[in-house]
Amino acid sequence: MPLEAKNVYFRYDKKQPWVLEDRSLILHRGERLALSAPSGYGKTTLAMLLAGYLKPTQGRILLDDKPLPQKGVCPVQLIYQHPEKAINPRWRLRRVLEESGELREEMLDALGIERAWLNRFPGELSGGELQRFCVARALSCGAEYLICDEISTMLDAITQAQIWNAVLKEADKHNMGMIAVTHNKHLAGRIATRIVDLTDGKLRL
Amino acid sequence: MKQKEDSLLEIHDLSVSFRMYDHGLEQTDLQVISNLYLTVYPGEIVAVAGSSGSGKSLLASAILGILPGNASLRGHLHYKGEELTPRRQKYLRGSEIALVPQSVSYLDPLMKIGVQADGHKKPYPTEKRRSVFKRLDLPDKTEQLFPFQLSGGMARRVLVGAALITDAQLVIADEPTPGMSLEQAMEALQMFREMADEGKAVILITHDIDLAVEFADRVAVFYAGTTVETAPAADFKNGPDSLRHPYSKALWRALPQNGFWPIPGFQPYAGNLPKGCLFAPRCPYKTAECERELPSVKEVRGGEVRCCHAT
Repeated sequence: MPLEAKNVYFRYDKKQPWVLEDRSLILHRGERLALSAPSGYGKTTLAMLLAGYLKPTQGRILLDDKPLPQKGVCPVQLIYQHPEKAINPRWRLRRVLEESGELREEMLDALGIERAWLNRFPGELSGGELQRFCVARALSCGAEYLICDEISTMLDAITQAQIWNAVLKEADKHNMGMIAVTHNKHLAGRIATRIVDLTDGKLRL
Repeated sequence: MKQKEDSLLEIHDLSVSFRMYDHGLEQTDLQVISNLYLTVYPGEIVAVAGSSGSGKSLLASAILGILPGNASLRGHLHYKGEELTPRRQKYLRGSEIALVPQSVSYLDPLMKIGVQADGHKKPYPTEKRRSVFKRLDLPDKTEQLFPFQLSGGMARRVLVGAALITDAQLVIADEPTPGMSLEQAMEALQMFREMADEGKAVILITHDIDLAVEFADRVAVFYAGTTVETAPAADFKNGPDSLRHPYSKALWRALPQNGFWPIPGFQPYAGNLPKGCLFAPRCPYKTAECERELPSVKEVRGGEVRCCHAT
């Protein structure tokens, strides 16, 4: 049951140059792929395409040989680079979490989410604290694939280790496939089963 | 306390608290920074590391006087020997003290990058900006784009560039490198280093400790709103035995290349701080003494540390 990008082309506008040109990628469940490339290379665009937030200009995104479902919770979940832009600023954080399913105590503990934060608004928490909510939200909706777009760059090393250990444990338990975009080579070595550097050459896996 | 002679910026006993609604119309004060100290000398880069939510970004706002309206500040802030009053802060920020903001949402979404980075000072530093952008590996067309057309790493480099164009004596860079590739991050930090070598100073707030210690002179470690240790950058390269505070050691061990070991528990919530040492609930060396009162700052092996057991 792989997640697949087949000869994907993408540009934001007909007048703009291609952001992605003829990219292909296959990810199986249980596999963890670390992607690194210079900034402006289209990593975030690729992540958004795979999670169904953008439609490819040409080519297809397939899950189990079918297009991504249009209704219901998307089985491919994306965790963004900027948590402060990914959470509704007018919702209390409890509501943010409950949107994706019931609160699970052990998940809150694993990610180090304090109960008191649940009653606060996003503007009152730091970036690192918000990112824990984004991770919890993505993990608690039963996703099959997880795409992590530089999720730990705004975190201190201890929190980074804490969150990644929780994510990896959850991914193992549910046999999830994962793509992690990261610039940190050491981190890539720790979390991934396969590392791909896009700096030169085309993404053809 | 008198300001140390030659320092550019000196902060001691700084506290920041937020006024928040509790129940109905009742308000409470939430102290998020307490007893914080930091000294910056001309010609140096001070890296500020520490847990997320430990008040690193608030410190930047406090220095610049751009804390939100419900915040109140106590303690001493001295810049070039004189107290930083709100009026002086307003005069200095943007000219003598520049900020590289943490969030890319600080860019004006309706302004093109070039005009925006030039700022409002005339004559516009367009030539300088172009050369800075070039060094930061930003393509020529960037100046014609709007912020939403930039990738995360490009937006960061624009923010760094905008601060470098000003002739600031002190740059406060709040996590400038996330999203940049290693080469770009190195180049940005190298530009900060060159600035510091000219006699200016940089406060580099960062989580990339391994990268920061390559360029910084000293590292200040924050935890739960206070400074727990300031150490020469070399100590971070040498590993946990050279460091003084148990939190700094834990931070070093949690780096992906040094074991990736998280320690259990989390940073105490600002409204619910322990009475003694703030790290005591997670500390493996905790004794009764630690829980009694907040340890005072002492000098150990050329660094300063706030721990009773540091040797």
